Amino acid sequence: MDATNVSMFQAERFSRGALWIAALAVLAAGFALASFLIGAADYPASDLLTGLITGKGAAGLIAQEIRLPRAALALIVGAALGGSGAALQGLFVNPLAEPGVTGVTASAGLGAVVAMYFGLAATTPWTLPAFAIAGALVAAAILYALSKSGAGAVALVLAGVAIGSFATALTALALSFSANPYAMSEMVLWMLGSLKDRTLNDVVYALPLSVVGLGLLASTGRGLDGLTLGEEAARSLGINVAVVRGRVVVGVALATGAATAAAGAVSFVGLVVPHLLRPLFGYQPSRLIFPSMLGGAAMVSAADVALRLIAPDGQLLLGVVTALLGAPFFLWLILRLRREP
Amino acid sequence: MSVVLNNISVQFGVRPALSGVSARLQPGTVTGIIGPNGAGKTTLLRAALGLQSLSGGQVEVLGKALADWPRAALARTMAYLPQGGEARWPMPVEEVVLLGRLPHRGFGKPSLQDKLAVADALERCDAGDFARRRMDELSAGERARVLFARALANGASVLFADEPAAYLDPSHQLRLMDLLREEARRGTAVAVTLHDLSLAARHCDRILVLQNGRLIADGAPSEALADTTLAEVFRIARAPDSFGLGAFRRL
Repeated sequence: MDATNVSMFQAERFSRGALWIAALAVLAAGFALASFLIGAADYPASDLLTGLITGKGAAGLIAQEIRLPRAALALIVGAALGGSGAALQGLFVNPLAEPGVTGVTASAGLGAVVAMYFGLAATTPWTLPAFAIAGALVAAAILYALSKSGAGAVALVLAGVAIGSFATALTALALSFSANPYAMSEMVLWMLGSLKDRTLNDVVYALPLSVVGLGLLASTGRGLDGLTLGEEAARSLGINVAVVRGRVVVGVALATGAATAAAGAVSFVGLVVPHLLRPLFGYQPSRLIFPSMLGGAAMVSAADVALRLIAPDGQLLLGVVTALLGAPFFLWLILRLRREP
Repeated sequence: MSVVLNNISVQFGVRPALSGVSARLQPGTVTGIIGPNGAGKTTLLRAALGLQSLSGGQVEVLGKALADWPRAALARTMAYLPQGGEARWPMPVEEVVLLGRLPHRGFGKPSLQDKLAVADALERCDAGDFARRRMDELSAGERARVLFARALANGASVLFADEPAAYLDPSHQLRLMDLLREEARRGTAVAVTLHDLSLAARHCDRILVLQNGRLIADGAPSEALADTTLAEVFRIARAPDSFGLGAFRRL
Protein backbone atom coordinates (compact mmCIF):
# COMPACT_ATOMS: atom_id res chain seq x y z
CA MET A 1 0.00 0.00 0.00
CA ASP A 2 1.32 3.47 -0.73
CA ALA A 3 1.04 6.67 1.20
CA THR A 4 -1.83 8.13 -0.85
CA ASN A 5 -3.92 5.09 -0.06
CA VAL A 6 -3.19 5.50 3.62
CA SER A 7 -4.15 9.14 3.68
CA MET A 8 -7.34 8.54 1.71
CA PHE A 9 -8.31 5.75 4.05
CA GLN A 10 -7.80 7.92 7.10
CA ALA A 11 -9.48 11.00 5.70
CA GLU A 12 -12.54 9.01 4.76
CA ARG A 13 -12.61 7.42 8.18
CA PHE A 14 -12.39 10.76 9.93
CA SER A 15 -15.26 12.45 8.11
CA ARG A 16 -17.43 9.40 8.62
CA GLY A 17 -16.72 9.56 12.34
CA ALA A 18 -17.68 13.24 12.42
CA LEU A 19 -20.96 12.44 10.67
CA TRP A 20 -21.81 9.72 13.14
CA ILE A 21 -21.02 12.05 16.04
CA ALA A 22 -23.42 14.62 14.59
CA ALA A 23 -26.05 11.91 14.14
CA LEU A 24 -25.67 10.79 17.77
CA ALA A 25 -25.96 14.40 18.97
CA VAL A 26 -29.16 14.88 16.96
CA LEU A 27 -30.51 11.58 18.30
CA ALA A 28 -29.78 12.55 21.91
CA ALA A 29 -31.32 16.02 21.44
CA GLY A 30 -34.38 14.48 19.75
CA PHE A 31 -35.04 12.03 22.57
CA ALA A 32 -34.45 14.74 25.17
CA LEU A 33 -37.02 16.94 23.39
CA ALA A 34 -39.48 14.02 23.29
CA SER A 35 -38.85 13.41 26.98
CA PHE A 36 -39.59 17.11 27.61
CA LEU A 37 -42.82 17.05 25.62
CA ILE A 38 -44.26 13.75 26.92
CA GLY A 39 -45.61 13.50 30.44
CA ALA A 40 -48.50 12.91 32.81
CA ALA A 41 -49.94 16.41 32.32
CA ASP A 42 -51.13 16.68 28.74
CA TYR A 43 -50.05 20.11 27.49
CA PRO A 44 -49.48 20.99 23.82
CA ALA A 45 -45.87 21.32 22.77
CA SER A 46 -46.20 25.04 22.03
CA ASP A 47 -47.45 25.79 25.56
CA LEU A 48 -44.60 23.85 27.10
CA LEU A 49 -41.95 25.52 24.93
CA THR A 50 -43.23 29.05 25.57
CA GLY A 51 -43.69 28.10 29.20
CA LEU A 52 -40.06 27.03 29.35
CA ILE A 53 -38.96 30.54 28.40
CA THR A 54 -41.57 32.64 30.20
CA GLY A 55 -42.18 30.34 33.16
CA LYS A 56 -45.77 31.62 33.31
CA GLY A 57 -48.83 29.58 34.14
CA ALA A 58 -49.20 25.91 34.93
CA ALA A 59 -47.50 24.90 31.67
CA GLY A 60 -44.55 27.14 32.51
CA LEU A 61 -44.27 25.66 35.98
CA ILE A 62 -44.36 22.11 34.65
CA ALA A 63 -41.91 22.94 31.87
CA GLN A 64 -39.35 24.57 34.13
CA GLU A 65 -39.73 22.63 37.35
CA ILE A 66 -40.52 19.08 36.18
CA ARG A 67 -39.87 18.44 32.51
CA LEU A 68 -36.65 20.42 32.07
CA PRO A 69 -34.78 18.82 35.02
CA ARG A 70 -35.95 15.40 33.92
CA ALA A 71 -34.86 15.78 30.28
CA ALA A 72 -31.57 17.44 31.28
CA LEU A 73 -30.78 14.76 33.86
CA ALA A 74 -31.49 12.01 31.35
CA LEU A 75 -28.84 13.55 29.08
CA ILE A 76 -26.33 14.13 31.92
CA VAL A 77 -26.78 10.68 33.49
CA GLY A 78 -26.57 8.97 30.11
CA ALA A 79 -23.43 10.86 29.09
CA ALA A 80 -21.77 10.16 32.45
CA LEU A 81 -22.53 6.43 32.32
CA GLY A 82 -21.72 6.01 28.62
CA GLY A 83 -18.39 7.84 28.95
CA SER A 84 -17.50 5.92 32.13
CA GLY A 85 -18.24 2.62 30.42
CA ALA A 86 -16.07 3.44 27.41
CA ALA A 87 -13.14 4.52 29.63
CA LEU A 88 -13.38 1.46 31.90
CA GLN A 89 -13.52 -0.84 28.89
CA GLY A 90 -10.45 0.90 27.53
CA LEU A 91 -8.57 0.61 30.82
CA PHE A 92 -9.30 -3.09 31.27
CA VAL A 93 -9.23 -3.81 27.51
CA ASN A 94 -12.39 -5.72 28.28
CA PRO A 95 -15.84 -5.20 26.74
CA LEU A 96 -17.52 -6.36 29.98
CA ALA A 97 -16.19 -3.49 32.11
CA GLU A 98 -18.85 -0.95 33.01
CA PRO A 99 -19.77 1.09 36.13
CA GLY A 100 -22.81 -1.11 36.88
CA VAL A 101 -21.17 -4.48 36.31
CA THR A 102 -18.06 -3.48 38.27
CA GLY A 103 -20.10 -2.38 41.28
CA VAL A 104 -19.25 1.33 41.04
CA THR A 105 -22.91 2.43 40.71
CA ALA A 106 -24.01 0.22 43.61
CA SER A 107 -21.28 1.75 45.81
CA ALA A 108 -22.25 5.25 44.70
CA GLY A 109 -25.86 4.39 45.57
CA LEU A 110 -24.74 3.30 49.03
CA GLY A 111 -23.01 6.64 49.53
CA ALA A 112 -26.11 8.52 48.40
CA VAL A 113 -28.40 6.49 50.68
CA VAL A 114 -26.16 7.08 53.70
CA ALA A 115 -26.19 10.82 52.99
CA MET A 116 -29.97 10.95 52.45
CA TYR A 117 -31.34 8.81 55.23
CA PHE A 118 -29.11 10.04 57.98
CA GLY A 119 -30.09 13.61 57.34
CA LEU A 120 -26.66 14.63 56.09
CA ALA A 121 -27.95 15.60 52.66
CA ALA A 122 -30.14 18.28 54.23
CA THR A 123 -27.10 20.30 55.38
CA THR A 124 -25.87 21.43 51.95
CA PRO A 125 -26.93 20.38 48.42
CA TRP A 126 -23.40 19.10 47.73
CA THR A 127 -23.40 16.51 50.52
CA LEU A 128 -25.46 13.99 48.55
CA PRO A 129 -23.20 13.91 45.47
CA ALA A 130 -20.10 14.07 47.69
CA PHE A 131 -21.15 10.89 49.50
CA ALA A 132 -22.11 9.18 46.24
CA ILE A 133 -18.73 10.08 44.73
CA ALA A 134 -16.96 8.85 47.85
CA GLY A 135 -18.83 5.54 47.53
CA ALA A 136 -17.94 5.30 43.85
CA LEU A 137 -14.30 6.10 44.65
CA VAL A 138 -14.04 3.16 47.04
CA ALA A 139 -15.25 0.75 44.34
CA ALA A 140 -13.10 2.46 41.70
CA ALA A 141 -10.03 2.19 43.94
CA ILE A 142 -10.55 -1.56 44.15
CA LEU A 143 -10.76 -1.57 40.35
CA TYR A 144 -7.52 0.41 40.22
CA ALA A 145 -5.78 -2.29 42.24
CA LEU A 146 -7.29 -4.95 39.98
CA SER A 147 -6.11 -3.24 36.80
CA LYS A 148 -2.65 -2.82 38.31
CA SER A 149 -2.38 -6.52 38.98
CA GLY A 150 -3.45 -7.19 35.39
CA ALA A 151 -6.75 -8.86 36.28
CA GLY A 152 -8.49 -10.69 33.47
CA ALA A 153 -12.13 -10.51 32.41
CA VAL A 154 -13.32 -13.15 34.87
CA ALA A 155 -11.60 -11.61 37.90
CA LEU A 156 -13.02 -8.20 36.99
CA VAL A 157 -16.61 -9.39 36.68
CA LEU A 158 -16.39 -11.51 39.85
CA ALA A 159 -14.94 -8.59 41.78
CA GLY A 160 -17.80 -6.48 40.42
CA VAL A 161 -20.36 -9.00 41.69
CA ALA A 162 -18.74 -8.98 45.14
CA ILE A 163 -18.47 -5.18 45.33
CA GLY A 164 -22.04 -4.74 44.04
CA SER A 165 -23.60 -7.29 46.41
CA PHE A 166 -21.72 -5.90 49.38
CA ALA A 167 -22.77 -2.34 48.58
CA THR A 168 -26.39 -3.41 48.08
CA ALA A 169 -26.39 -5.29 51.39
CA LEU A 170 -24.94 -2.26 53.18
CA THR A 171 -27.56 -0.06 51.48
CA ALA A 172 -30.32 -2.32 52.83
CA LEU A 173 -28.70 -2.27 56.27
CA ALA A 174 -28.44 1.52 56.25
CA LEU A 175 -32.08 1.86 55.21
CA SER A 176 -33.31 -0.51 57.90
CA PHE A 177 -31.66 1.72 60.53
CA SER A 178 -33.16 4.86 59.06
CA ALA A 179 -35.96 6.68 60.90
CA ASN A 180 -37.87 7.26 57.66
CA PRO A 181 -40.84 4.82 57.47
CA TYR A 182 -40.80 4.86 53.66
CA ALA A 183 -37.11 4.10 53.51
CA MET A 184 -37.44 0.47 52.47
CA SER A 185 -39.79 1.25 49.60
CA GLU A 186 -37.53 4.04 48.44
CA MET A 187 -34.61 1.67 48.39
CA VAL A 188 -36.00 0.17 45.20
CA LEU A 189 -35.71 3.62 43.67
CA TRP A 190 -32.01 3.75 44.51
CA MET A 191 -31.25 0.27 43.38
CA LEU A 192 -33.02 0.52 40.03
CA GLY A 193 -32.67 4.19 39.28
CA SER A 194 -35.33 6.72 38.44
CA LEU A 195 -35.63 10.26 37.12
CA LYS A 196 -38.94 10.87 38.88
CA ASP A 197 -39.43 14.01 40.96
CA ARG A 198 -36.02 15.49 40.21
CA THR A 199 -35.55 19.23 40.52
CA LEU A 200 -33.22 21.80 39.05
CA ASN A 201 -31.18 21.46 42.27
CA ASP A 202 -30.14 18.02 41.09
CA VAL A 203 -29.04 19.44 37.75
CA VAL A 204 -27.01 22.10 39.55
CA TYR A 205 -24.63 19.57 41.08
CA ALA A 206 -24.89 16.75 38.53
CA LEU A 207 -23.92 18.88 35.54
CA PRO A 208 -20.61 20.39 36.74
CA LEU A 209 -19.45 17.18 38.46
CA SER A 210 -20.20 15.07 35.40
CA VAL A 211 -18.49 17.58 33.13
CA VAL A 212 -15.32 17.49 35.26
CA GLY A 213 -15.39 13.68 35.45
CA LEU A 214 -16.01 13.26 31.73
CA GLY A 215 -13.31 15.83 30.97
CA LEU A 216 -10.83 13.72 32.95
CA LEU A 217 -11.94 10.61 31.08
CA ALA A 218 -11.65 12.32 27.69
CA SER A 219 -8.07 13.32 28.55
CA THR A 220 -7.07 9.66 28.92
CA GLY A 221 -7.86 8.67 25.31
CA ARG A 222 -4.28 8.72 24.08
CA GLY A 223 -3.01 6.77 27.09
CA LEU A 224 -5.74 4.16 26.77
CA ASP A 225 -4.86 3.75 23.10
CA GLY A 226 -1.27 3.00 24.13
CA LEU A 227 -2.47 0.53 26.75
CA THR A 228 -4.08 -1.62 24.06
CA LEU A 229 -0.50 -2.80 23.37
CA GLY A 230 -0.03 -3.79 27.01
CA GLU A 231 1.45 -1.89 29.92
CA GLU A 232 5.14 -2.36 29.01
CA ALA A 233 4.70 -1.16 25.45
CA ALA A 234 2.54 1.75 26.64
CA ARG A 235 5.23 2.87 29.07
CA SER A 236 7.87 2.63 26.36
CA LEU A 237 5.65 4.89 24.22
CA GLY A 238 6.01 7.57 26.90
CA ILE A 239 2.65 7.03 28.57
CA ASN A 240 2.48 7.51 32.31
CA VAL A 241 0.31 4.48 32.99
CA ALA A 242 -0.25 5.31 36.68
CA VAL A 243 -1.59 8.76 35.75
CA VAL A 244 -3.91 7.30 33.09
CA ARG A 245 -5.28 4.77 35.62
CA GLY A 246 -5.69 7.44 38.26
CA ARG A 247 -7.59 9.73 35.88
CA VAL A 248 -9.91 6.94 34.77
CA VAL A 249 -10.64 5.98 38.37
CA VAL A 250 -11.30 9.55 39.56
CA GLY A 251 -13.18 10.46 36.37
CA VAL A 252 -15.44 7.41 36.62
CA ALA A 253 -16.05 8.07 40.32
CA LEU A 254 -16.99 11.72 39.66
CA ALA A 255 -19.23 11.05 36.66
CA THR A 256 -20.87 7.88 37.98
CA GLY A 257 -21.14 9.28 41.50
CA ALA A 258 -22.89 12.44 40.27
CA ALA A 259 -25.18 10.43 37.97
CA THR A 260 -26.09 8.00 40.74
CA ALA A 261 -26.74 10.78 43.25
CA ALA A 262 -29.22 12.26 40.76
CA ALA A 263 -30.87 9.13 39.36
CA GLY A 264 -29.93 6.11 41.47
CA ALA A 265 -28.15 3.06 40.13
CA VAL A 266 -28.89 2.89 36.41
CA SER A 267 -26.96 -0.05 35.02
CA PHE A 268 -25.84 -1.44 31.69
CA VAL A 269 -25.77 1.89 29.82
CA GLY A 270 -21.97 1.93 29.90
CA LEU A 271 -21.90 -1.67 28.72
CA VAL A 272 -24.26 -1.45 25.76
CA VAL A 273 -23.35 1.93 24.31
CA PRO A 274 -19.60 1.51 23.61
CA HIS A 275 -20.26 -1.91 22.17
CA LEU A 276 -22.91 -0.63 19.77
CA LEU A 277 -20.63 2.22 18.70
CA ARG A 278 -17.51 0.13 18.00
CA PRO A 279 -18.56 -0.87 14.47
CA LEU A 280 -19.05 2.85 13.70
CA PHE A 281 -15.96 4.35 15.37
CA GLY A 282 -13.45 1.51 15.64
CA TYR A 283 -11.92 -0.15 18.67
CA GLN A 284 -9.49 2.55 19.74
CA PRO A 285 -10.56 3.86 23.17
CA SER A 286 -9.75 7.47 22.20
CA ARG A 287 -12.31 7.31 19.38
CA LEU A 288 -15.03 5.85 21.60
CA ILE A 289 -15.07 7.96 24.75
CA PHE A 290 -16.77 11.07 23.36
CA PRO A 291 -19.24 9.23 21.08
CA SER A 292 -20.16 6.98 24.04
CA MET A 293 -21.12 10.08 26.05
CA LEU A 294 -23.51 11.15 23.26
CA GLY A 295 -24.73 7.58 22.77
CA GLY A 296 -25.34 7.18 26.51
CA ALA A 297 -27.28 10.46 26.59
CA ALA A 298 -29.41 9.24 23.67
CA MET A 299 -29.98 5.83 25.26
CA VAL A 300 -31.06 7.10 28.68
CA SER A 301 -33.31 9.77 27.12
CA ALA A 302 -34.84 7.11 24.87
CA ALA A 303 -35.36 4.78 27.84
CA ASP A 304 -37.01 7.64 29.74
CA VAL A 305 -39.39 8.30 26.84
CA ALA A 306 -40.08 4.58 26.44
CA LEU A 307 -40.97 4.00 30.08
CA ARG A 308 -43.44 6.89 30.03
CA LEU A 309 -45.08 5.54 26.90
CA ILE A 310 -45.28 2.02 28.38
CA ALA A 311 -46.45 3.07 31.83
CA PRO A 312 -47.73 6.68 31.89
CA ASP A 313 -48.62 6.34 35.59
CA GLY A 314 -44.91 6.57 36.44
CA GLN A 315 -44.67 3.17 38.09
CA LEU A 316 -41.97 1.85 35.77
CA LEU A 317 -38.40 2.76 36.79
CA LEU A 318 -35.62 3.86 34.46
CA GLY A 319 -33.19 1.18 35.66
CA VAL A 320 -35.77 -1.50 34.85
CA VAL A 321 -35.82 -0.46 31.21
CA THR A 322 -32.01 -0.25 30.90
CA ALA A 323 -31.57 -3.60 32.68
CA LEU A 324 -34.24 -5.23 30.48
CA LEU A 325 -32.20 -4.19 27.47
CA GLY A 326 -28.75 -4.51 29.03
CA ALA A 327 -28.79 -7.78 30.96
CA PRO A 328 -29.62 -10.07 28.00
CA PHE A 329 -27.04 -8.12 26.03
CA PHE A 330 -24.45 -8.77 28.77
CA LEU A 331 -25.15 -12.51 28.58
CA TRP A 332 -24.88 -12.46 24.81
CA LEU A 333 -21.50 -10.67 25.11
CA ILE A 334 -20.21 -13.29 27.56
CA LEU A 335 -21.29 -16.10 25.24
CA ARG A 336 -19.58 -14.41 22.33
CA LEU A 337 -16.38 -13.81 24.30
CA ARG A 338 -16.27 -17.45 25.30
CA ARG A 339 -16.37 -18.52 21.72
CA GLU A 340 -13.50 -16.25 20.75
CA PRO A 341 -10.05 -17.40 21.87
CA MET B 1 27.69 5.73 22.20
CA SER B 2 23.93 5.15 22.17
CA VAL B 3 23.35 3.35 25.44
CA VAL B 4 25.85 2.83 28.25
CA LEU B 5 25.07 0.42 31.07
CA ASN B 6 27.39 1.17 33.93
CA ASN B 7 27.62 -1.62 36.48
CA ILE B 8 23.83 -2.00 36.76
CA SER B 9 22.16 -4.29 39.28
CA VAL B 10 18.50 -5.18 39.70
CA GLN B 11 17.00 -6.93 42.69
CA PHE B 12 13.66 -8.81 42.69
CA GLY B 13 13.00 -9.14 46.39
CA VAL B 14 16.02 -11.02 47.71
CA ARG B 15 16.87 -12.54 44.34
CA PRO B 16 19.40 -10.62 42.25
CA ALA B 17 18.11 -10.45 38.66
CA LEU B 18 21.11 -8.52 37.34
CA SER B 19 24.45 -8.19 39.11
CA GLY B 20 26.90 -5.52 38.04
CA VAL B 21 26.35 -5.65 34.29
CA SER B 22 28.30 -3.15 32.19
CA ALA B 23 27.88 -2.89 28.44
CA ARG B 24 27.88 -0.31 25.67
CA LEU B 25 25.48 -0.38 22.75
CA GLN B 26 26.86 1.38 19.70
CA PRO B 27 24.93 3.11 16.93
CA GLY B 28 24.85 1.11 13.73
CA THR B 29 25.29 -2.28 15.36
CA VAL B 30 23.01 -5.20 16.09
CA THR B 31 23.66 -6.59 19.56
CA GLY B 32 22.26 -9.98 20.38
CA ILE B 33 21.50 -10.79 24.02
CA ILE B 34 21.44 -14.51 24.73
CA GLY B 35 21.28 -16.70 27.78
CA PRO B 36 19.21 -19.49 29.29
CA ASN B 37 15.68 -18.84 30.59
CA GLY B 38 15.77 -16.58 33.62
CA ALA B 39 19.26 -15.27 32.86
CA GLY B 40 18.07 -11.65 33.00
CA LYS B 41 17.80 -10.83 29.28
CA THR B 42 14.42 -9.12 29.52
CA THR B 43 15.39 -7.41 32.77
CA LEU B 44 18.47 -6.00 31.04
CA LEU B 45 16.36 -4.47 28.27
CA ARG B 46 13.79 -3.13 30.73
CA ALA B 47 16.50 -1.63 32.93
CA ALA B 48 18.09 0.10 29.93
CA LEU B 49 14.68 1.51 28.96
CA GLY B 50 13.99 2.85 32.44
CA LEU B 51 11.03 0.48 32.90
CA GLN B 52 12.80 -1.28 35.75
CA SER B 53 14.25 0.51 38.75
CA LEU B 54 17.88 -0.26 39.49
CA SER B 55 19.35 -1.29 42.80
CA GLY B 56 22.74 -0.08 41.62
CA GLY B 57 24.60 1.44 38.68
CA GLN B 58 23.54 3.96 36.04
CA VAL B 59 22.17 3.96 32.51
CA GLU B 60 23.13 6.64 30.01
CA VAL B 61 21.26 7.20 26.76
CA LEU B 62 22.92 9.37 24.12
CA GLY B 63 25.28 10.73 26.73
CA LYS B 64 22.58 11.75 29.17
CA ALA B 65 21.61 9.92 32.36
CA LEU B 66 18.28 8.08 31.99
CA ALA B 67 16.76 9.96 34.93
CA ASP B 68 17.38 13.31 33.17
CA TRP B 69 15.37 12.35 30.10
CA PRO B 70 11.83 13.73 29.84
CA ARG B 71 9.39 10.86 29.35
CA ALA B 72 8.19 11.97 25.90
CA ALA B 73 11.66 12.64 24.50
CA LEU B 74 12.89 9.26 25.70
CA ALA B 75 9.91 7.56 24.01
CA ARG B 76 10.91 9.18 20.71
CA THR B 77 14.51 8.02 21.17
CA MET B 78 14.02 4.42 22.29
CA ALA B 79 11.53 1.99 20.76
CA TYR B 80 10.70 -1.25 22.55
CA LEU B 81 8.95 -4.39 21.42
CA PRO B 82 8.09 -6.42 24.54
CA GLN B 83 8.02 -10.17 24.47
CA GLY B 84 4.77 -11.80 23.35
CA GLY B 85 3.12 -8.40 22.89
CA GLU B 86 -0.46 -8.22 21.73
CA ALA B 87 -2.85 -5.61 20.46
CA ARG B 88 -5.71 -6.60 22.65
CA TRP B 89 -8.62 -5.06 20.73
CA PRO B 90 -9.20 -6.43 17.23
CA MET B 91 -8.06 -3.19 15.60
CA PRO B 92 -7.10 -2.78 11.94
CA VAL B 93 -3.39 -3.50 11.37
CA GLU B 94 -2.74 0.04 10.17
CA GLU B 95 -4.04 1.56 13.40
CA VAL B 96 -1.92 -0.76 15.52
CA VAL B 97 1.20 0.36 13.67
CA LEU B 98 0.09 3.98 14.02
CA LEU B 99 0.22 3.50 17.81
CA GLY B 100 4.01 3.36 17.36
CA ARG B 101 3.80 7.02 16.38
CA LEU B 102 2.15 8.04 19.67
CA PRO B 103 5.36 9.64 21.03
CA HIS B 104 5.38 11.95 18.00
CA ARG B 105 1.71 12.81 18.02
CA GLY B 106 -0.66 15.02 19.94
CA PHE B 107 -4.39 14.56 20.01
CA GLY B 108 -5.11 15.43 16.41
CA LYS B 109 -5.12 13.49 13.20
CA PRO B 110 -1.91 11.75 12.13
CA SER B 111 0.42 13.94 10.09
CA LEU B 112 1.71 13.01 6.64
CA GLN B 113 4.98 12.02 8.27
CA ASP B 114 3.16 9.64 10.61
CA LYS B 115 1.30 8.05 7.72
CA LEU B 116 4.47 7.64 5.69
CA ALA B 117 6.28 6.08 8.64
CA VAL B 118 3.39 3.62 9.09
CA ALA B 119 3.25 2.68 5.41
CA ASP B 120 7.05 2.30 5.31
CA ALA B 121 7.17 0.14 8.44
CA LEU B 122 4.37 -2.09 7.14
CA GLU B 123 6.14 -2.49 3.82
CA ARG B 124 9.45 -3.33 5.44
CA CYS B 125 7.84 -5.99 7.62
CA ASP B 126 6.17 -7.53 4.60
CA ALA B 127 2.80 -6.69 6.15
CA GLY B 128 1.53 -4.17 3.59
CA ASP B 129 -0.80 -6.75 2.10
CA PHE B 130 -2.89 -7.01 5.22
CA ALA B 131 -2.70 -3.38 6.31
CA ARG B 132 -6.48 -3.08 6.41
CA ARG B 133 -7.27 -6.42 7.95
CA ARG B 134 -8.06 -6.76 11.62
CA MET B 135 -5.59 -8.21 14.09
CA ASP B 136 -7.91 -11.09 15.01
CA GLU B 137 -7.97 -12.24 11.41
CA LEU B 138 -4.19 -12.79 11.29
CA SER B 139 -1.99 -15.72 12.26
CA ALA B 140 0.38 -15.44 15.24
CA GLY B 141 3.33 -14.90 12.91
CA GLU B 142 1.54 -12.18 10.96
CA ARG B 143 0.57 -10.44 14.18
CA ALA B 144 4.19 -10.61 15.32
CA ARG B 145 5.23 -8.85 12.12
CA VAL B 146 2.62 -6.15 12.63
CA LEU B 147 3.80 -5.55 16.18
CA PHE B 148 7.37 -5.36 14.96
CA ALA B 149 6.25 -2.79 12.38
CA ARG B 150 4.69 -0.86 15.27
CA ALA B 151 8.10 -0.64 16.96
CA LEU B 152 9.83 0.31 13.68
CA ALA B 153 7.28 3.05 12.93
CA ASN B 154 8.59 5.04 15.89
CA GLY B 155 11.78 5.79 13.94
CA ALA B 156 13.76 5.84 17.20
CA SER B 157 17.56 5.84 17.28
CA VAL B 158 17.62 2.93 19.74
CA LEU B 159 15.53 -0.18 19.06
CA PHE B 160 15.07 -2.94 21.64
CA ALA B 161 13.19 -6.11 20.80
CA ASP B 162 12.52 -8.97 23.22
CA GLU B 163 12.28 -12.33 21.45
CA PRO B 164 11.01 -10.89 18.15
CA ALA B 165 11.83 -14.13 16.34
CA ALA B 166 9.40 -16.27 18.36
CA TYR B 167 6.33 -17.28 16.30
CA LEU B 168 8.08 -16.48 13.00
CA ASP B 169 8.65 -19.07 10.30
CA PRO B 170 12.31 -19.60 9.26
CA SER B 171 11.98 -17.35 6.24
CA HIS B 172 10.51 -14.49 8.25
CA GLN B 173 13.11 -15.03 10.98
CA LEU B 174 15.80 -14.36 8.41
CA ARG B 175 13.86 -11.43 7.06
CA LEU B 176 13.58 -10.07 10.60
CA MET B 177 17.34 -10.28 11.06
CA ASP B 178 17.84 -8.51 7.71
CA LEU B 179 15.45 -5.82 8.90
CA LEU B 180 17.40 -5.36 12.11
CA ARG B 181 20.60 -5.11 10.08
CA GLU B 182 19.01 -2.57 7.73
CA GLU B 183 17.82 -0.59 10.75
CA ALA B 184 21.37 -0.63 12.12
CA ARG B 185 22.73 0.62 8.78
CA ARG B 186 20.58 3.72 9.28
CA GLY B 187 22.57 4.37 12.43
CA THR B 188 20.18 2.83 14.93
CA ALA B 189 21.57 0.95 17.92
CA VAL B 190 19.68 -2.34 17.87
CA ALA B 191 19.57 -4.78 20.78
CA VAL B 192 17.60 -7.98 20.55
CA THR B 193 17.19 -11.03 22.77
CA LEU B 194 17.26 -14.34 20.93
CA HIS B 195 17.05 -18.00 21.77
CA ASP B 196 18.28 -19.23 18.39
CA LEU B 197 22.06 -19.28 18.71
CA SER B 198 22.72 -19.81 14.99
CA LEU B 199 20.52 -16.84 14.17
CA ALA B 200 22.37 -14.77 16.75
CA ALA B 201 25.79 -15.93 15.59
CA ARG B 202 25.14 -15.20 11.95
CA HIS B 203 23.29 -11.91 12.12
CA CYS B 204 24.54 -10.00 15.16
CA ASP B 205 27.65 -7.84 15.21
CA ARG B 206 28.06 -8.40 18.86
CA ILE B 207 26.73 -10.80 21.45
CA LEU B 208 26.18 -10.44 25.16
CA VAL B 209 25.87 -13.72 27.03
CA LEU B 210 24.02 -13.60 30.35
CA GLN B 211 23.81 -16.25 33.01
CA ASN B 212 22.10 -15.83 36.39
CA GLY B 213 22.12 -12.06 35.99
CA ARG B 214 25.83 -11.83 35.25
CA LEU B 215 27.48 -10.90 31.99
CA ILE B 216 29.55 -13.96 31.02
CA ALA B 217 30.78 -12.89 27.61
CA ASP B 218 30.66 -9.75 25.47
CA GLY B 219 32.17 -9.60 22.01
CA ALA B 220 31.98 -10.65 18.40
CA PRO B 221 29.92 -13.85 17.86
CA SER B 222 33.06 -15.96 17.34
CA GLU B 223 34.45 -14.94 20.73
CA ALA B 224 31.21 -14.72 22.70
CA LEU B 225 29.96 -18.06 21.47
CA ALA B 226 33.20 -19.91 22.11
CA ASP B 227 32.86 -23.60 22.91
CA THR B 228 33.76 -23.06 26.54
CA THR B 229 30.99 -20.46 26.97
CA LEU B 230 28.41 -22.70 25.30
CA ALA B 231 29.38 -25.58 27.53
CA GLU B 232 29.35 -23.48 30.67
CA VAL B 233 26.20 -21.42 30.08
CA PHE B 234 23.95 -23.61 27.97
CA ARG B 235 25.48 -27.03 28.61
CA ILE B 236 25.56 -27.73 24.88
CA ALA B 237 28.24 -28.32 22.27
CA ARG B 238 28.42 -27.92 18.52
CA ALA B 239 27.41 -31.12 16.76
CA PRO B 240 28.64 -31.92 13.27
CA ASP B 241 25.67 -32.41 10.97
CA SER B 242 25.40 -33.31 7.33
CA PHE B 243 23.07 -30.40 6.52
CA GLY B 244 25.52 -27.77 7.74
CA LEU B 245 22.69 -26.02 9.63
CA GLY B 246 24.80 -25.34 12.68
CA ALA B 247 23.31 -27.95 15.00
CA PHE B 248 24.01 -28.35 18.69
CA ARG B 249 23.81 -31.32 21.00
CA ARG B 250 23.14 -31.39 24.73
CA LEU B 251 26.00 -32.11 27.06
